[in-house]
Amino acid sequence: MPDAPESADATDDAADDGIEAGVDRPGGSGLGAAAGAESPGAPDRVAMRVWRGDPGGGEFAEYELAAQDGEVVLDVIHRLQATDAPDLACRWNCKAGKCGSCSAEINGRPRLMCMTRMDELPEGPVTVAPMRTFPIIKDLVTDVSFNYEVAKTVPAFSPVPEPPDGYRMQQVDIERGQEFRKCIECFLCQDVCHVIRDHEENKPRYAGPRFFIRFAELEMHPLDTNDRRELVRQKGGLGMCNITKCCTEVCPEHIKITDNAIIPMKERVVDAAYDPIGWLGRTIMRRHKRSAEEAAAGGQ
Amino acid sequence: MTTVEEATVTAVEISGTRGGPDVPTLRRDGWWVQPLVSATILIAFVVYSTWAAFVNKEYFVGTASHRDLLSPFYSPCLVASCVPGSHPATVITWWTISPALLILIFPLGFRLTCYYYRRAYYRSIWLSPPNCAVADAHSSYSGETRFPLILQNAHRWFFYFGLILNVILTIDAVEAFREPGLGIGVSVGTLVLCVNAVLLWLYSLSCHSCRHLCGGQVKSFSKHPIRHKLWKLVTPLNAHHMKFAWASLIFVALTDLYVRLVASGTIPDHRLF
Amino acid sequence: MSEYESHQYDIIVIGAGGAGLRAAIEAQGRGLRTALICKSLFGKAHTVMAEGGVAAAMGNVYPEDNWKVHFRDTMRGGKLLNNWRMAQLHAQEAPDRVHELEAWGALFDRTNDGRITQRDFGGHRYARLAHVGDRTGLEMIRTLQQKAVSMDIDVFMECKILRLLPDAQGRISGAVGYWRATGEFVTFTAKAFVLATGGIGKSWMYTSNSWESTGDGHAMAIWAGADVIEMESVQFHPTGMVWPLSVRGLLVTEGVRGDGGVLRNSEGTRFMFNYVAPMFRAETAETEEEADRWYDDHANNRRTPALLPRDEVARAINAEVKAGRGSPHGGVFLDIASRRSAEYIRRRLPSMYTQFKELAGVDITATPMEVGPTCHYMMGGVRVDADTEAATVPGLFAAGEVAGGMHGANRLGGNSLSDLLVFGRRAGIGAADYAEGRTGDPEVDGAEIEAIVAEALAPLGRNGGESPYDLHRDLQETMQTLVGIIRTGPELEEALEKLGVLRERSENLTVTGGRVYNPAWNLATDLPSMLTVSTAVAQGALARKESRGGHTREDFPAADPELGKVNFVQRQTDDRGPDAPIIVSPEPLPEMPAELRQLLEEGQ
Repeated sequence: MPDAPESADATDDAADDGIEAGVDRPGGSGLGAAAGAESPGAPDRVAMRVWRGDPGGGEFAEYELAAQDGEVVLDVIHRLQATDAPDLACRWNCKAGKCGSCSAEINGRPRLMCMTRMDELPEGPVTVAPMRTFPIIKDLVTDVSFNYEVAKTVPAFSPVPEPPDGYRMQQVDIERGQEFRKCIECFLCQDVCHVIRDHEENKPRYAGPRFFIRFAELEMHPLDTNDRRELVRQKGGLGMCNITKCCTEVCPEHIKITDNAIIPMKERVVDAAYDPIGWLGRTIMRRHKRSAEEAAAGGQ
Repeated sequence: MTTVEEATVTAVEISGTRGGPDVPTLRRDGWWVQPLVSATILIAFVVYSTWAAFVNKEYFVGTASHRDLLSPFYSPCLVASCVPGSHPATVITWWTISPALLILIFPLGFRLTCYYYRRAYYRSIWLSPPNCAVADAHSSYSGETRFPLILQNAHRWFFYFGLILNVILTIDAVEAFREPGLGIGVSVGTLVLCVNAVLLWLYSLSCHSCRHLCGGQVKSFSKHPIRHKLWKLVTPLNAHHMKFAWASLIFVALTDLYVRLVASGTIPDHRLF
Repeated sequence: MSEYESHQYDIIVIGAGGAGLRAAIEAQGRGLRTALICKSLFGKAHTVMAEGGVAAAMGNVYPEDNWKVHFRDTMRGGKLLNNWRMAQLHAQEAPDRVHELEAWGALFDRTNDGRITQRDFGGHRYARLAHVGDRTGLEMIRTLQQKAVSMDIDVFMECKILRLLPDAQGRISGAVGYWRATGEFVTFTAKAFVLATGGIGKSWMYTSNSWESTGDGHAMAIWAGADVIEMESVQFHPTGMVWPLSVRGLLVTEGVRGDGGVLRNSEGTRFMFNYVAPMFRAETAETEEEADRWYDDHANNRRTPALLPRDEVARAINAEVKAGRGSPHGGVFLDIASRRSAEYIRRRLPSMYTQFKELAGVDITATPMEVGPTCHYMMGGVRVDADTEAATVPGLFAAGEVAGGMHGANRLGGNSLSDLLVFGRRAGIGAADYAEGRTGDPEVDGAEIEAIVAEALAPLGRNGGESPYDLHRDLQETMQTLVGIIRTGPELEEALEKLGVLRERSENLTVTGGRVYNPAWNLATDLPSMLTVSTAVAQGALARKESRGGHTREDFPAADPELGKVNFVQRQTDDRGPDAPIIVSPEPLPEMPAELRQLLEEGQ
């Protein structure tokens, strides 16, 4: 199987060829084995290469410090701050993989620093760099305001009027949306997406994976009345995505962004824009709607 | 209802300078293995299937060998030049070159526009990007918004044709139980054709368009219980679409090869029972 | 006014967690220009950490449930130290606030008939917590965030507010802070300010709180002359992770116990049966069999002692560990693996499953978790008017964890998310009413701004002083060892003495590097808040010579009925600011109307 080299993670197809999987784990021991108290062969020093820089430029700074049991990359960064590098900038909040603040590129892979255990990384220096897709502020901190700007362009939830005894929704109708609402907005999917990672000029016309799942969530919401398919096609740049699935690979919440949101959205766009039967129906409907509006306007 | 005309969308501004290390990738793992393996298999398949399509012989094992085995590359064989016995009736008379070229358009189109293969060849052949967090090999990028890649949106039409082909190949597999002169039986070739048909069905039914058309497109499952059931049936298959894509691709080539080897007399087709 | 960047609004909300967002939505909805300021990125506030659910007596699972039962549970959980009016408003309004979220796009888990389902939690008589798996806080903050975005509320991210500023008449009219990204200072003026800054946990070593929880709002309110109450009431959540060290204190949701998990000691005993306080004896199961039956049949069985209020459980765990019956890493065992199927655990508690799997290498569907108490929540805070959330200085409002009174001496799980919604909205209304009634543009004193800026910049200009990281670590050690879950008079006195020394040391902090996103400098500017709040906690704890709720005194192990009638109020009078003393005085609780008092007595 072509993708087998990276699919050591057998638990679930989410990691069908996950960036999280296999190659980086020495000896394929996984986390379970690493959990024991002190494994005899554990190194007693760790070497870190951490990007230090600002918009004017920067370089990797090398640090070495004592290894400690059960640490994640963020712990080591914190220890560096408390000792060698007090002004080393990094974002973090919850340190539990719930807030999505400490996104960075560890050994070249976009990950949360708080959820990357040191003992799952291969031996040798651990490289920590800022997210590449966003403008740098300092060291590991980037300006992620692009994402907040895109968020403003997604038309809000607009539900059907509430019935007197309150809304009713079946669990089966909300489960698809609930998966997308697990998103912690770490923006790692936005970071890894080559559409904007490698082609900065696409940013103004590309919403990115995080917002494709937002569009999908709203489209699949049983109470929502908006139709955002044309919007996501024309202005959201859904067609820019070439489904290379890196967003799914890096998602720390294991949301199946590509299979469950982007592709279903592409199919819905096909329903609306590229399916001749659908097109015919829509044209007729639009004419009806317009005449209804004209009638309403004329009547006033 | 908000349509694109009604929604006010302000363009997102880009500001600030990118920082961080300016290298194509910082990954030190074997990120290149995956695209290399994918590319190798894809290219090998293209080379083999092109040869097999043009060779226009030894695609059918017929009555003379007490078998009814037709290569999937040549089924349905509907042109005048088809080997006698390989088809029920001649339909197209003006087609004079290999019948495979007429048939392969559909499975090829289905696989070319498949969401999984797109990922595989965009990564491994087009290197856009070769792997996650590895720089795109191209300086400009417009995705699937322009011709010809906008045609990827036609995937569901190829899916429909694919279903028809699956029915035909299933009939072929059933007919492979016929052993003219001997009665009904099972040979290695029968099994090969059956496995091939099963894999092709799994590949088609696990397709993302299939999942969408079965039920993915509805907003409320509880209001469409039958479509929800269908969706729940194909969703677990969809999770393995990648595996079915590779398995069916490799096996369809092996099926052709097997029929070819038997037809050319290189190996015998063992009767099992 | 000054050379700094300045912004003027009608209402400024400091803090963009649940309460701040809800307040801003209300204020903006009234047509007032409203801005939100937050110390991190938008949507990262500590609310995302809330797991179990939001308590609201909707009666979707148990139709018998209503606001009166919720009110009673809240008051009893708070050991009757709650502001009765807040507890009443909270119980009455929470269901509407939850339904409102649904209309804004939230997707709560459902019952079979399509309504919001509710789960059991400690101290709640009925299954009452509306939830989304174990990530309810995330759902809530995202819903409110998206609502705020759709309303065009201005959000100032990564902006640390240092101090609130009064105008000449003493009305809060301005705030001064700096941008983390640039280190440049900024001033805000508004007709009303809402504090929604959350908790104080970062002053302890083992806490479930994020770095943001430095008590900025508590401290700024004190420095502005506002009253704070109940500062001694700090909740230690009974179940935090204890291993590995790097995640010690990280929360393990009460939902684990709500969904069937039990606590065991090293001998395998379900020890909670031995720690049922008289107040809860009548309604708590006495045998394991009854406790287990209760999960499916609340009507005919009494509740499991594993779901006693948090203070009771935390003390019990503490006692077990002290008695030498703890787990290898100094906690006890929380076992759901032997009691529920793996599939059930993964579906009901997905983030707990991931958290243990990825951070500790423990599969909670196969092995028990090791847990111990962790500093979790601040019950005390700014003294507010129950209906309007107005603080005791004009122009200032407070909601959420930074406000005091609602939860009394101990908060029930699930009551904080509903607190944010109910009182966030009320603070928005209160602030809007106040702002509409206020005439003239808000003005502040430029000289005061200069002084605050100079104070903030001091560590950058100083050489050879102390690292803020060292000071922070010493503060955490002091609070952890001396003002922890079990307290004594002498230790509290020692703590106050040490806090005084730390305060002096803080005058000599040195920060290297520039102002641009410098975490050392950011920490240095957070330390004054932490020191002030820690002092208030220790002072309150020393003053309350009894054990009640989250406050346990080894030297006064029983509750004192007389002290149950007072709040310890703390305030700065004429002399204000980080250096000024804080005065502690007992003041009587608001008088509860007879009909509510009767509710409490029912079923006792």
